[in-house]
Amino acid sequence: MINRLWHYFSDHIDWPLLLAAMLLAIAGLTILFSAAGGEGSEKLHTQLRNMALALTVMWVVANIPPQHLMRLALPLYVLGLALLVSVALVGEVSHGARRWLHLGVGRIQPSELMKVAIPLTLAWYFHRNEGASRIRDYAFAAILLLIPVALIAKQPDLGTALLISASGFFVLFFAGLSWKLLLGMALAGGAAVPVAWSFLHDYQRQRVLTLIDPTSDPLGAGYHIIQSTIAIGSGGVIGKGWLNGTQGHLDFLPERTTDFIFAVFGEEFGLSGNIILLLLYLIIIGRGLYIAANATSLFGRLLAAAVTMTFFTYAFVNMGMVSGILPVVGVPLPLVSYGGTALVTMMVGFGILMSVQTHRKLT
Amino acid sequence: MMLGDALRDQERDLRGFRLRLVFAFILVLLACGLLVSRFVFLQVIAYESYHTQAEANRITIVPVVPNRGLILDRNGVVLARNFSAYTLEITPSRLSSLENTLDRLSDVVEITPRDRKRFKKLLEESRNFESLPIRTKLTEEEVARFAVNRYRFPGVEIKARLFRDYPLGTSASHVLGYISRINQTDVDELENEGATNNYKGTDHIGKTGLEQQYEKELHGTTGFEQVETDAGGRAIRALSRTESISGNNLILSLDINLQQVAEQAFGERRGALVAIDPATGEVLALVSEPGYDPNLFVDGIDQTNWDALNGSEDRPLNNRALQGAYPPGSTFKPYMALAALELGKRTPQSAINDPGFFNFGGRRFRDDKPGGHGYVDLYKSIVVSCDTYYYMLANDLGIDAIATFMAKFKFGDLTGIDIKGEKTGVLPSQAWKQKRFKQKWYPGETISVGIGQGYNAYTPIQLANAVATLANGGVMMRPHLAHALQDSRNGKEVLVAPFKERTIALAPANLEFIKNAMAGVNKEGTAMRAFAGAEYVSAGKTGTSQVVAIKQDEKYVENKVAERHRDHALFIGYAPVDKPKIAVAVVVENSGFGAQAAAPIVRQVLDYYLLGKRPTAPAPETTDEEGD
Repeated sequence: MINRLWHYFSDHIDWPLLLAAMLLAIAGLTILFSAAGGEGSEKLHTQLRNMALALTVMWVVANIPPQHLMRLALPLYVLGLALLVSVALVGEVSHGARRWLHLGVGRIQPSELMKVAIPLTLAWYFHRNEGASRIRDYAFAAILLLIPVALIAKQPDLGTALLISASGFFVLFFAGLSWKLLLGMALAGGAAVPVAWSFLHDYQRQRVLTLIDPTSDPLGAGYHIIQSTIAIGSGGVIGKGWLNGTQGHLDFLPERTTDFIFAVFGEEFGLSGNIILLLLYLIIIGRGLYIAANATSLFGRLLAAAVTMTFFTYAFVNMGMVSGILPVVGVPLPLVSYGGTALVTMMVGFGILMSVQTHRKLT
Repeated sequence: MMLGDALRDQERDLRGFRLRLVFAFILVLLACGLLVSRFVFLQVIAYESYHTQAEANRITIVPVVPNRGLILDRNGVVLARNFSAYTLEITPSRLSSLENTLDRLSDVVEITPRDRKRFKKLLEESRNFESLPIRTKLTEEEVARFAVNRYRFPGVEIKARLFRDYPLGTSASHVLGYISRINQTDVDELENEGATNNYKGTDHIGKTGLEQQYEKELHGTTGFEQVETDAGGRAIRALSRTESISGNNLILSLDINLQQVAEQAFGERRGALVAIDPATGEVLALVSEPGYDPNLFVDGIDQTNWDALNGSEDRPLNNRALQGAYPPGSTFKPYMALAALELGKRTPQSAINDPGFFNFGGRRFRDDKPGGHGYVDLYKSIVVSCDTYYYMLANDLGIDAIATFMAKFKFGDLTGIDIKGEKTGVLPSQAWKQKRFKQKWYPGETISVGIGQGYNAYTPIQLANAVATLANGGVMMRPHLAHALQDSRNGKEVLVAPFKERTIALAPANLEFIKNAMAGVNKEGTAMRAFAGAEYVSAGKTGTSQVVAIKQDEKYVENKVAERHRDHALFIGYAPVDKPKIAVAVVVENSGFGAQAAAPIVRQVLDYYLLGKRPTAPAPETTDEEGD
């Protein structure tokens, strides 16, 4: 009986992935306790609740076979698109951007749904046309991707738009987008930089300029970068020790429980801590790519590879931004930053990976 | 065969896919390598520098707050200035126990329970982790005593800060307004304007009056300083400094001497006065009595003073000149007469025989003078202020024709003066009543509109704007208080250009006739005593406006009515008649006939402005009979 129950719960769990994810989450809760300072216990409780919810969601997704996930792809995409359009029309403006939609009970951010819907839809699309993928399939897939991206960029939420484009791009790449085209795109992209510049909002330009020279705006946008690099740098090789960070605790660091939590981590655990954190991420990426390599269907392969690479992109962009080599875009550090929405989205991704891995024999 | 091909294809695809996985993983490793090399740079190579910055000498960015611009009158008299004083400031984030520190601190400098309460309130409202003043305006002795004990109080510092001061106190208080501590509403507004950075370190912001209107110009640009601080948060040395740019000085069109002459002319009475240069729209005086002392608000007004000001029946915080809406009474008559001439309903010769009343719809509208004025033509109707004439005229014109004509003079409309809070008042019309009361207009209601009663309600600034327009031959200049903005660094002035609001097309002969009749009012009419012996030729019109309706057959007896229910006295006028330099409108609340209470105030204002004569006492009440 107990044995059957155990199987019921564990059959679709991928243990290496879950273990690495839990280690990351524990690192996250540890540093959250420190970063939140006096309000530690309260945020810790909330985050534990978020974690429980996210794990449940992950388990549910892991139990859905890939071919069922496939059926969800198009409806999710259409729903996400409809919500994005309604945000553009009647969304709520917060901090100068129109991102939120009020739905009676609460407000939601439809771009979050798109983070899942895009890889699902594109993987489904290529799976449907398997064996016959031609250039116009890539073009159509690109259009499927660019419509929601344009809507999100218009909000404006450039960070999310870029990350969603990345997730879609990964599907295209793994589906076999020709190398020549990739090279061409890279060159064209380089040439388009001056054009894109003219479309950026002032605050977005400021972020890029600030990256190049943070001291040009020490009271404004540059403040975050100056303070977070000081925090990380002052951590040294072994760090100042847990709860002993000064930058974080003296309120020099903005957003120190959410987007900039890595600065607190780097200050208190130093270079060694950072490398361990990176290794944990690498284990997850390696496992994810391994799952993709062994997947039995094209859908599973594309989805698993794209989800894994997107996950890495989040981690890379966040750490790059906090350590001052990428512009400041609002991206949380996966599984570590405080906040429920992003956590659930990440765990949905893990659920997908587990579903792909554990349903192989059954398909 | 076919199946074999497909399988081969699939296998080739799979190989391609796995190749791409390897490629992606290599990219991941490269990205990780990039991050690691960045970490190595920050945490190993540049460690010393960052460690120093974070630990031994934390670098903080200190905003350098700009000096707020001065406010000066047209002759350079300072109306708002800054003075520097020492404050004792606490950075709460550097303290282990606030209560404990405050207790120990109170042995060194006096800290009253009120200071503590105020500080707690500041703490709740404050942004980020600023240093907040626990005491302001320390004495030299207190500064010295703290300096000796400084080592005992990390996180507590003496700072020299600038304070706003309004040296003339209540004088022109409604014009100047005041600055006060930035609250959450201000923060939100600054955020919307994207001005948050420029207000780092700034504690005060303009809340009303010119201080609010010209906040941007007065505030200036915040500079900043990179400062090394020790572990206790005290500045050790500045690393770099970008100077702040002081705010611009605001030079007003207001003549503070004239303003004070006008204020004193009111004595203890309540009311408002606006004086405008008709040719430019420059506001020369803008009085609302009683005033208040804006200095009380600068560092947070205490409850006692606030209750006294806010609860007073006299409403000293109200800017009556812009917000008080008064029926214009008989000061409306010159415009009614002008409307009649322009619309062809009357000629200068049109005359009536006034029996002292006008019957309409079964109601009797009485003239102020029992028995009537006898034979009255248009000139005399203004000079003696004959009500019956205007009852009939209003009836002939109809309410909508009146409203259309009066709208040209911006009655019931914002004049656009450069202070916030202007009220529109009421210019009654059929459409207005339908909208306001969902009722149709009754023709009987038109009758009293003719003498400036009924639903009519205008602000003193509107009355002044209208009479200035009349004096300026129908050309309306937008009233404004700012004369110039002066760059505080080099003294360069940027003048505020006069703005022509509109030109009202009026037949010159009609305009001349009305002006002549208004000159008649001061020479031989209702204001003749108030202007007896003046060394210039002036024009005017008296008015009295009812506060409470009187019954049909009851005569208004001044001393029988409760003080607050007594009529308001009004006067509009300008001088000199041939080339007007000043136009004035005045309302004196609850003081009876316009000729008795309001005209003498204008006489003193004109005497000072045109001749430089200073009155020695508040304006007397003359005995001009029949004031209306």
